[in-house]
Amino acid sequence: MIIDGLTSLLAGFGTFEWTHGVMIVVGCALLYLGIKKNIEPLLLLPIGFGAILVNIPLGGMMEQGGLLRHFYDAGVLTEIFPCLIFIGIGAMTDFGPLLENPRILLLGGAGQFGIFLTLLLALFLGFTRMESVAIGIIGACDGPTAIYVTSKYAPHMLGAVSVAAYCYMSMVPLIQPPIMRALTSVEERKIEMKYHRKTVSPALKIIFPVLVTLVTCLIAPMGTPLMGTLMLGNLLRESGVADRLVKASQNEIANIVTLLLGISIGATMAGPIFLKPQTLIVLGLGLVAICLDTAMGIFLAKLMKILSGGKVNPLIGAAGISAFPMSARVVQMEGQKANRKNYLLMHAMGANTGGQIGSVLAAAVMLSILKGMGIV
Amino acid sequence: MGNLDFGLTLTVLGMGGTLIILFLISLIVDVFNKYLIRGDRKREARKES
Repeated sequence: MIIDGLTSLLAGFGTFEWTHGVMIVVGCALLYLGIKKNIEPLLLLPIGFGAILVNIPLGGMMEQGGLLRHFYDAGVLTEIFPCLIFIGIGAMTDFGPLLENPRILLLGGAGQFGIFLTLLLALFLGFTRMESVAIGIIGACDGPTAIYVTSKYAPHMLGAVSVAAYCYMSMVPLIQPPIMRALTSVEERKIEMKYHRKTVSPALKIIFPVLVTLVTCLIAPMGTPLMGTLMLGNLLRESGVADRLVKASQNEIANIVTLLLGISIGATMAGPIFLKPQTLIVLGLGLVAICLDTAMGIFLAKLMKILSGGKVNPLIGAAGISAFPMSARVVQMEGQKANRKNYLLMHAMGANTGGQIGSVLAAAVMLSILKGMGIV
Repeated sequence: MGNLDFGLTLTVLGMGGTLIILFLISLIVDVFNKYLIRGDRKREARKES
């Protein structure tokens, strides 16, 4: 009797596999990055701890009826968490700099090339079609979009894709500058872009979220949950009559959902599922995607420079990704390194908010095409 | 449809579609802004007079 009792207390050790041990170390590494290096702590802490919890044998956290399984089924599988996060992001985003110069929105499109080029690369490496779509979407540089698409079409890759998306997003200040310097000449980086504050009608700020929702969702309806919630958040902000909802979206809702989303993603990182050579390839391809986004954004900005008679600094093209506002800050810093009088921040902010719309739109267009092809 | 055809179709339509929609939005925003600002100015001028 006593021995049976003791045996049950040690059962966890009996079923402990090396993969669990490795993933607990990975979970601790994520905690270290979040706490000591301050890399996306709001996400890496719950993800890291979720990874530890799910790798405790017999804990049952992700089994039917388990706590993390409830969070995962209720929030990730139903797509509720990424959409709620988008309401918060919309409520935090000021599209003002973009509305002052709407053409800059195109840079937010060019910054999505990485999605499609990486998708091609993943197909070439032997991933299935839906896995390739999920890997490519890391190039959106947008955590909620990556989670939304992956949980829907390649849920077994959710852990790897989300960790890659959030880690690379926070590593933008390390990833982008070498690419920016390699693809632009010193003369190009020195180009000063004058910033004249243009008048934007207050009514336009209210019309914009409704307009974007109607145009994008009518053309690419599969992205309606993402674009709709992003623009709802922004409408709440710009309407000026729903302060309580704006504050709730920016704080309580965003914080609670971030915690639950993070721990649910961590819960997908069970050792036997996560520890495969495939995961390393996904992480590598994610990095390639973000490098390609940066490069293609710079190339389009170079084209704009030629068309505008040399008035556009190609560096701002690098900000056409969704990593807001890190990417815009990196552009400002690189511009100032080349020319102290250079203030590219507002232009880069415009491209960066364009990248937020572009990333959601690219995912929406891709899903709608897949639906049209009868694949989803 | 082979994987290469699938990937290329998605890339061309996806990227092309994204850029065209963004261009369309930028045009509409431009038109709206000009129209709304003109309206705002007229209203201000009426108030002053």
